[in-house]
Amino acid sequence: MSRTLRGRVAVAGIGETAYYKHGQSPDAEFTLALKAILRACEDAGIPPREVDGFASYSNDRSDPSRLAAALGIRELRFANMQWGGGGGGGAAAVGNAAAAVATGLADCVVVFRALAQGQFARFGLGGQVPAVSGEQAFTFPYGMISPGQRYAMRAMRFLHDHEIGREPLRAIALASYRHAQSNPRAVMHGRPLTPEMYDASRWIVEPFRLYDCCLENDGAAALVLVPAERARDLRQPRVYLLGVAQGSEHRNAAPVHNAPLYATSSFTTVAPHLYEMAGVTPGDVDVVQSYENFTGGVLMSLVEHGLFRADEAVEVCTLENLLAPKGRLPLNTSGGNLAECYMHGLELQLEAVRQLRGASPNQVPDAEVSMVCAGPMVTPVSSLIFGTEATL
Amino acid sequence: MKTYLPSGLPKPVPQPDGLDAPYWEGTRRGELRVQRCRACRAWQWGPEWICHACLSFDLAWEAIDGRGTIYSWERVWHPVHPALEDAGPYLVVLVELPHAGGIRMIGNLLGDPHQTVTIGAPVDAVFESHEDHALVQWRLT
Ligand SMILES: [Zn+2]
Repeated sequence: MSRTLRGRVAVAGIGETAYYKHGQSPDAEFTLALKAILRACEDAGIPPREVDGFASYSNDRSDPSRLAAALGIRELRFANMQWGGGGGGGAAAVGNAAAAVATGLADCVVVFRALAQGQFARFGLGGQVPAVSGEQAFTFPYGMISPGQRYAMRAMRFLHDHEIGREPLRAIALASYRHAQSNPRAVMHGRPLTPEMYDASRWIVEPFRLYDCCLENDGAAALVLVPAERARDLRQPRVYLLGVAQGSEHRNAAPVHNAPLYATSSFTTVAPHLYEMAGVTPGDVDVVQSYENFTGGVLMSLVEHGLFRADEAVEVCTLENLLAPKGRLPLNTSGGNLAECYMHGLELQLEAVRQLRGASPNQVPDAEVSMVCAGPMVTPVSSLIFGTEATL
Repeated sequence: MKTYLPSGLPKPVPQPDGLDAPYWEGTRRGELRVQRCRACRAWQWGPEWICHACLSFDLAWEAIDGRGTIYSWERVWHPVHPALEDAGPYLVVLVELPHAGGIRMIGNLLGDPHQTVTIGAPVDAVFESHEDHALVQWRLT
């Protein structure tokens, strides 16, 4: 048997809680996790007790053994945490779960992420400690503390290297907000963003304005993965994992911004592995969900996944091209981390599945190949491609 | 003490395992020291216990010429720490040091925070004294 996950695992169900502004969840973080998992099981038509594994990322606090006890899981066979990379672990967690299912380590694995930033520390604040050592000692005293401050430096060099202005970043932000207006789940539903509002918005850290930065939210999301053979008996339209890859380039984490390839979203080595496993080319991709920590990272992700070249960015990465249903490259069709919910990118995976079920609030007609890029500029990053039955 | 950013930010302290202690000792004396492999002569920054180029554990700390060029930059407006509430905007630069194998360091670019910053512009190191440590800052030359 060739070493691939292509077509061997299906997404049986997806589920999420209501999405809240950070600090506004009425539920405890663990309750959010439970609710999302139960909804995903219900969506799949699978009794929760049949789940036998959990996978997550970014040190999710909802421990799998506690989940298994709380849910009365008959037998726990797989408990997996993707190491490092924050939101860059989103697609990797799906890949890790799929690997377990494909190899018989488990039969029904839930991938989940739960966040109540109001109950714990917020990502966007930092350095509230008297002293720092290690890498932080070489950046925090200079006021380079938050993720935005860390990644603006990479994005600035990328824009410089390719002589790209801020227009593509603006188009990415506007597309997410536009898509959120037809998505009732979205935190920014009913709160449209105009080009004028974007242009007048304050700088957070150049080259990022306020609307270039992700939200911070409370909520949870989950997917249920099962062997492909079982997909025939499922109640939902069949959605298969075609390919997945994780990692980063040579010495991407060289300390204090010393990565040899600096101006990268970390996908230059990952994307070729992804396409190889999925057996598709960039031109086959119908719709893309690309993790927005900051819009500059989205631009870099799209380039590194071969969806357009850096020197085409200004021409191709326009609002018109990014909008479903008619754009050439429909992007972040639920509103994503900027305008649906910062569910640490797992909401992007759910949206990628919905596109193949024909159930997106911004449906791309006849979508067959649906991609997710998770966590630009961090390491490890990850990306995946889902496909319909017709793509197998 | 005149410093580029207000006081109250986290204080840098050497790692408990001693890895970067020579750097912090050096900066207090106005000396910029980074790692260099005794075996293959590769420069290395930030510090690590092993040479990434040849995997030797025999790493020395060499004083280097604090002249470099701006590799990337950012102007920070939004305060993410209480000490920075009224500090913005301020400039953070990533400086490349061609005399030390092209290693890069983070610091602040001294001078007008509203200035136009040019990638490739030459800078040199300035030692900024704090109570019990020194920070390496950069000014245009
Ligand atoms: Zn060496």
